[in-house]
Amino acid sequence: MSRQTLPIQGATCQHCVKSIHKALEPLNGVSAVSVDLQNQTVTVDGDADRGALRAALAEAGYAADEDDDPGPAPPANDEPTGGDANGAPPKSDAPASEPRDLSLAVTGAHCASCVRTIESALQSVPGVDTASMNLANHTARVSGSADPDALVRAVQNAGYDATPVRDPARAEDDREEQEHRLYRKLVRQTTVALAVGVPVMLWGWFGGTMTVQAGGASQWGWGAVSVITFLILALPGRHFFVGAWKAFRHHNANMDTLIAVGTGAAWGYSTLVVIAPNLLPEMARHVYFEASPMIIGLVNLGLALELRARGKTGAAVKRLLNLGAKTARRLDDDGEHDVPVEDIRVDDRLRVRPGETIAVDGEVLEGDSEVDQSMLTGEPMPVVKSEGDTVAAGTLNGSGTLVYRATRVGADTALARIIDLVKKAQGAKPPIGRLADTVASVFVPTILLIAVATALIWYNFGPQPVAAYMVVASVTVLIIACPCALGLATPMSVMVAVGKAAESGILIRQDAALQTAAELDTVVLDKTGTITEGRPSVTRVIAAEGQDEDTVLRLAASLEAGSEHPLARAILDAAEERGLKTAPVSDFRALNGKGVSARQDDTLLRLGNRRWLEQEGIRLGLEDEARQLSDEAATPLFLTRDDTVIGVLGVADRIKADAAEAIARLRDRDVRVVMITGDIQATADAIAKQAGVDEVLAEVLPEDKAREVEKLQKEGRKVAMVGDGINDAPALAQADVGFAIGTGTDVAIESASITLMSGSLHGVADAMAISRATLRNIKQNLFGAFVYNTLGVPVAAGLLYPFTGWLLSPVIAGAAMSLSSVTVVSNANRLRFFKPRGHHGPRAKTGDHS
Amino acid sequence: MSLLINVTGLALMALIVWWFWLSSKGRPAKRAEGGAIDIVVSDGVYEPSVIETNAGETLTLRFERRDPSPCAEQVIFHKLDVSETLPVGEKTTVTLTPENPGTYRFTCQMQMYQGTLIVH
Repeated sequence: MSRQTLPIQGATCQHCVKSIHKALEPLNGVSAVSVDLQNQTVTVDGDADRGALRAALAEAGYAADEDDDPGPAPPANDEPTGGDANGAPPKSDAPASEPRDLSLAVTGAHCASCVRTIESALQSVPGVDTASMNLANHTARVSGSADPDALVRAVQNAGYDATPVRDPARAEDDREEQEHRLYRKLVRQTTVALAVGVPVMLWGWFGGTMTVQAGGASQWGWGAVSVITFLILALPGRHFFVGAWKAFRHHNANMDTLIAVGTGAAWGYSTLVVIAPNLLPEMARHVYFEASPMIIGLVNLGLALELRARGKTGAAVKRLLNLGAKTARRLDDDGEHDVPVEDIRVDDRLRVRPGETIAVDGEVLEGDSEVDQSMLTGEPMPVVKSEGDTVAAGTLNGSGTLVYRATRVGADTALARIIDLVKKAQGAKPPIGRLADTVASVFVPTILLIAVATALIWYNFGPQPVAAYMVVASVTVLIIACPCALGLATPMSVMVAVGKAAESGILIRQDAALQTAAELDTVVLDKTGTITEGRPSVTRVIAAEGQDEDTVLRLAASLEAGSEHPLARAILDAAEERGLKTAPVSDFRALNGKGVSARQDDTLLRLGNRRWLEQEGIRLGLEDEARQLSDEAATPLFLTRDDTVIGVLGVADRIKADAAEAIARLRDRDVRVVMITGDIQATADAIAKQAGVDEVLAEVLPEDKAREVEKLQKEGRKVAMVGDGINDAPALAQADVGFAIGTGTDVAIESASITLMSGSLHGVADAMAISRATLRNIKQNLFGAFVYNTLGVPVAAGLLYPFTGWLLSPVIAGAAMSLSSVTVVSNANRLRFFKPRGHHGPRAKTGDHS
Repeated sequence: MSLLINVTGLALMALIVWWFWLSSKGRPAKRAEGGAIDIVVSDGVYEPSVIETNAGETLTLRFERRDPSPCAEQVIFHKLDVSETLPVGEKTTVTLTPENPGTYRFTCQMQMYQGTLIVH
């Protein structure tokens, strides 16, 4: 008789106590059970097997990890119970992986009770130390050394579904490691194959005999070479044959097919010559044993080089992945803790110290700091953040400390969504690649047909020895044809370009947009929020005689200090910028659409529009100045003290600092720029003048914007619409390319095909420049691949032979083939060095430090 | 002899056309019946490589990439605008709901791996 104590978790009520009793009492050897809710333990008297007890607890949903056991929990008898069934996993059938954390994306869980079921299902898997399910993001975290497949099965058996998810940054590292291993393997295979191929080839070059005499020493010698060459085909060349055979069974043909048939034919013919030279006329008793190992070596070398070059194409995503913070400093009731970023929940309070990366999206609760958002928006200037501002995961905190509340975590953060978008877009295919796709899908069987036809033509029309010519020509056809270059031409360039664009804060969502953006000749710009900043600010302060500007602004700010209106915000910001302190006011009154009034030191202050003040019977002054403000698209606000006008403030939605420059860039490229707005003509004209736009469509209702875009399209223009993505959705969708101006970090913009993360209009010109460069790059690749194949195949078939006597050697074909795909990948990589605007100072600087 | 070789050559060509194009419809298809379909990505082929489903139904495919060569890295469903990166040695779930009946190809970037999705 013994007593043992086990930890439990999640037992909170008498109902749970009952459940635990019910779960444990029927077990063999249990004589008494007592549950301690306080310490979360259960004490069992009897000789029951500890493992069985734990299993029963797990079944009931109350199992806790033994290591978490808070109490001393002394097993009454000394040693034997524990060890066998708990602690280490009982059997090590699972691959002996080191303990680590694993996340599972769980689907089908909707309620808190599911959480318990899933957790206990996971905990019952051998090797699991702890399992916790987070319903909010549908993720279960498991620590221990369990086999991921077993975990998935356990969840599936419980009636849900799960897939393992891995930390994307670690997955990226794994991928690199995998590729590196493959690279080394390919290099090894290349070395071995060339070590055989090169001597044989040199032997032939330096006059060694490549023919076989029946019964002579040459037959034995070449027989040995045949066996060695076979080993090359079977070992370093094995993957070609396995791939070819598997594809063949699926009625498919691919690059492996060509290499396998080509090298196989060269070897087969040569071996036939060795075994039965008498079957062939004397002139045809030539062996081609150098061809197979040389081709295998060169193609493997090509694959290795391509792998190297490809590694760089994914650099942009890797850079984005590395932006994410691993841990964050959470403010709990009992102090600050560094926690893994996966454990952060919405509404957690987090602190970010100077120079640290912001871990999740959030809203600043306290503190002031400059935050570098260039990695997301491409905007080089740091942005000042204070209470109420939003911060984004992956951005870099400057010299201040911020406390912020998590608003979006995990896969919901802007950074995560950007990564997702970029990855998706990188796999996209612009229409220009469709032809290559069609060709690629029938390419290999076509080459097989050409190879057979080549052999037949040589047989019927070729010179003696026909057998040798047949073999050489058709093998060369098979080897020189390169479906890879054709298949890679588009995707490689797209992958690099999309990543490049993301670096500049341009997110390309639609595959066609990458191509269409290069063809745009008209850009329609929404006014509010696109050309302008989208919020009012004070443009000018004019003081009446005897007053000074600071007093006017200070009084206006004091008046507005209690107001929530956007105009009030503008005035308060202006006062703060000049370091002016507001003074308290009393009797504050806000009159909608008119203005505000309040008392200060026995004087009555009013700030409002002309009509209201006239109604109040105040004689206005500063009329000329006010009119001038109107001409500048600003709204004049009159400040009066006791019925006398003491100043006028011009408030306007200012144009963005770089809007005019960006628009000039577009016009330099002969792009027609049109401004569209619902505002009145006068305001629109004033803004257009400042921005350098001479075509204005004013007083357009939001629903008519799409129609205006359509009208331009009917004129045969390729139209881009640039807007904020919310009001302009129909117009964005109507346009050939819709650009949504992001508010810095919000990427939930569905109607646009391209999102500009920074508010800058330079993004439009940048996107067009990147898209042009990409298209040019794709065209070069496609041209290269098509020309290579359409010239290479006929030459290999011997088209030049009747005229010049030229016939390619299969070895040269192998080298050309592997070089062609390396060339395509390298050419695509050139896009990485493309600068959308070389002349633009600050951008160039940020580009360098990344 | 000459006739024999020519006939053999032409027969071989006919065989290529038949095997890779004409008979490819006879490939064994895997029908989606609610559950997920596991597809192994290795040695240049998707296995199974022909998937059948019904229009409007959500299809879950779990790609297990065993081939480390970068060619296999992505699976692209043409015309459906779906693409997914497949990490080596892991199962990656792709969920799609094809709305219109038809035949859709899914391939790797370079189209060496080829599969067909038949939507009824």
